[in-house]
Amino acid sequence: MPGELADEGQRRAMLAEIDSSCRAPVLFFVISGLAWLLLGTLLALVTSIKLHSPGFLAGWDFLTFGRVRPAHLNAVIYGFASQTGIAVTIWLMCRLCRVPLISGGLIILAAIFWNVGLTIGLIGILAGDSTAIEWLELPGYSTPILFFSYALVAVWSIITFRLRRESHLYVSQWYLLGAILWFPWLYATAQIMLILEPVRGTVQAAINWWFAHNVLGLWFTPIGLAAIYYFIPKVIGRPIHSYYLSVLGFWSLALFYNWNGLHHLIGGPMPAWMITVSVVASVMMLIPVITVAINHHFTMVGHFGKLRYSPTLRFVVVGALCYTATSLQGVANSLRSYSEIVHFTHHTIAHAHLGLYGFFTMVMFGSLYYIIPRISGREWPSLGLISIHFWGCFLGLVLYVVPLSYGGILQGLAMNDATVPFMKVVEGTLPWLKLRTFAGLLMALGHVAFVGNLVWLLARVFGPYRKPVVAILSGTETPAIAGK
Amino acid sequence: MKYGPLLFLGILLTLASSWVGLVLAPYKQLGGLLPNPATNAVGVVSYFPEARKGEAQQGAEHYRSLGCVYCHSQQVRPAGFGGDIDRGWGRRRSVSRDYVHDRPVMLGTSRTGPDLTNIGERQSDYGWHYTHLYNPQITSKGSVMPPYPFLFEKRRIGPGGVSTNALKLVGEFAPGDGWEVVPTPAARQLVEYLRSLKSSYDLPEAPLPKAAGDAVTATAVQ
Repeated sequence: MPGELADEGQRRAMLAEIDSSCRAPVLFFVISGLAWLLLGTLLALVTSIKLHSPGFLAGWDFLTFGRVRPAHLNAVIYGFASQTGIAVTIWLMCRLCRVPLISGGLIILAAIFWNVGLTIGLIGILAGDSTAIEWLELPGYSTPILFFSYALVAVWSIITFRLRRESHLYVSQWYLLGAILWFPWLYATAQIMLILEPVRGTVQAAINWWFAHNVLGLWFTPIGLAAIYYFIPKVIGRPIHSYYLSVLGFWSLALFYNWNGLHHLIGGPMPAWMITVSVVASVMMLIPVITVAINHHFTMVGHFGKLRYSPTLRFVVVGALCYTATSLQGVANSLRSYSEIVHFTHHTIAHAHLGLYGFFTMVMFGSLYYIIPRISGREWPSLGLISIHFWGCFLGLVLYVVPLSYGGILQGLAMNDATVPFMKVVEGTLPWLKLRTFAGLLMALGHVAFVGNLVWLLARVFGPYRKPVVAILSGTETPAIAGK
Repeated sequence: MKYGPLLFLGILLTLASSWVGLVLAPYKQLGGLLPNPATNAVGVVSYFPEARKGEAQQGAEHYRSLGCVYCHSQQVRPAGFGGDIDRGWGRRRSVSRDYVHDRPVMLGTSRTGPDLTNIGERQSDYGWHYTHLYNPQITSKGSVMPPYPFLFEKRRIGPGGVSTNALKLVGEFAPGDGWEVVPTPAARQLVEYLRSLKSSYDLPEAPLPKAAGDAVTATAVQ
């Protein structure tokens, strides 16, 4: 009917306006994030090789294992994952609030500050100024710059939220708003109580793990879940399975996740109640995890064929499956009897990568496959590179997580048996560590293919030769979102 | 959901709950812990754990800076939980009071290498520590710990002969005729720190096993 067509035309015009307003600020965050991804991948490979070949690059203090490892972590967490997460958050916020991006210059300024602060901090770590507090290694002289940058993004987000032209708040917005408000509280508490004015003794350990677990649970997880909730219905063109499960999933995550952190100290020198509270909260995580799993996976049922055509869907669905897997593994890890075995082993490292790589990174890759053609007006130039990206990352992930999880259990069992000499325990981990390096090479291949494809795309955007947009790869633009 | 303010409030209150429970409450309970006074056989009162001084304290900075914490924990789990005490990593479990002097507290989350809570008691030999840091393959063949050649100086043997603190290196690890390897101040401080890592004192909340026959007896202070 003519009326509907006019509405549809207006809707598309509005989306196009929002997308083009996002172009420069979102691309700036994306490109910075991917540059850190390449550097972080390189640092990861060096770290991995060192763990089975300790003589590798051992002659310089700035390349010793204990510095390259935190450099890797901070490059991928604060460089890649956070910046890509912010980029996706900004775009989703504009789309869901139905407002074009305001003050793009402010966002770009924030991105510049973020990258400057992080560069200073990372050089600091390699030079020996690491705080040695896990997930907070960046020296105290670099983090205020990051915090300032973050404050700009947060204020921008809240203003955009206030300006929204859509009264209904979609589930993705709940999660995004949560992430935006939770992160500064976590980061400020940790910076003040651990680095600026350190508290005494093991209070540090409590705050350290309250922070570190919540960076995953209340920063990366909500952004990742917001993206999954947005892109699965978008691409397959049907609403989310159940609105009520979305509500239950969100509020149970908000209630329980932030109490989980101290299960990282099981067996440690802490009063038992602190550990027990966190173990209980970790088991309660079954509620949001199963709720969200039902909601995501049941939405997909009957539409798996679309995985073949949409890279967005392929990455996002793998991410959603990994979220379920890593969360269930996390519940197991938090039990005292299981933690007794795996706590100090490489099992934990595998678990962390299933969460941050399998879940968060894969979802972010999927999101970028959708967002970038829309904000740049160009399709992805190479299907082949997309395939290399997906299979490199996916096979790398499987080869990383499955063997190392298993190897970690063997390591823990051997370590708990005092009749096994320690050097035997070390020898037992070597095959898994070597396999991990191979898996890392596959991931690196995927990353290079992705960045290559993006550079190619950008060359078309900014180069003299411009082709019209053909939206075949990224799925259809359907208004199928729950509650609309 | 339509109500933005309700969402805001819920988001803030949920995190506030764990901030009170897992930040403020531990701070109230553990933030004021003090070392424990103990009287020895001749009536001298000492406080445990003892504060680190001088080179040992400087060594803690190298331990932090070089990221030793990524492979070595400093926490002994209770008897019957894991193999920590059976492996000889400590005679008693670690408790919060053991860490009141540490900045930062480096409990560690990985045991790619062994726990170091009590390394000072388990291995006090300077020569062993220097050689091990210079190249772990010499003392612990098959180790995946990196060598730290940059903590040592390779230099020509001076007119006075081989330095007293030169490492005793033989075979494939020897520096060559006319050369010697000596620890830098950083290596010396790091080894002093490692030697200071001891949990051989009694605490009321974590007494040493009686069989150990330690001369120091704890005075319970509440």
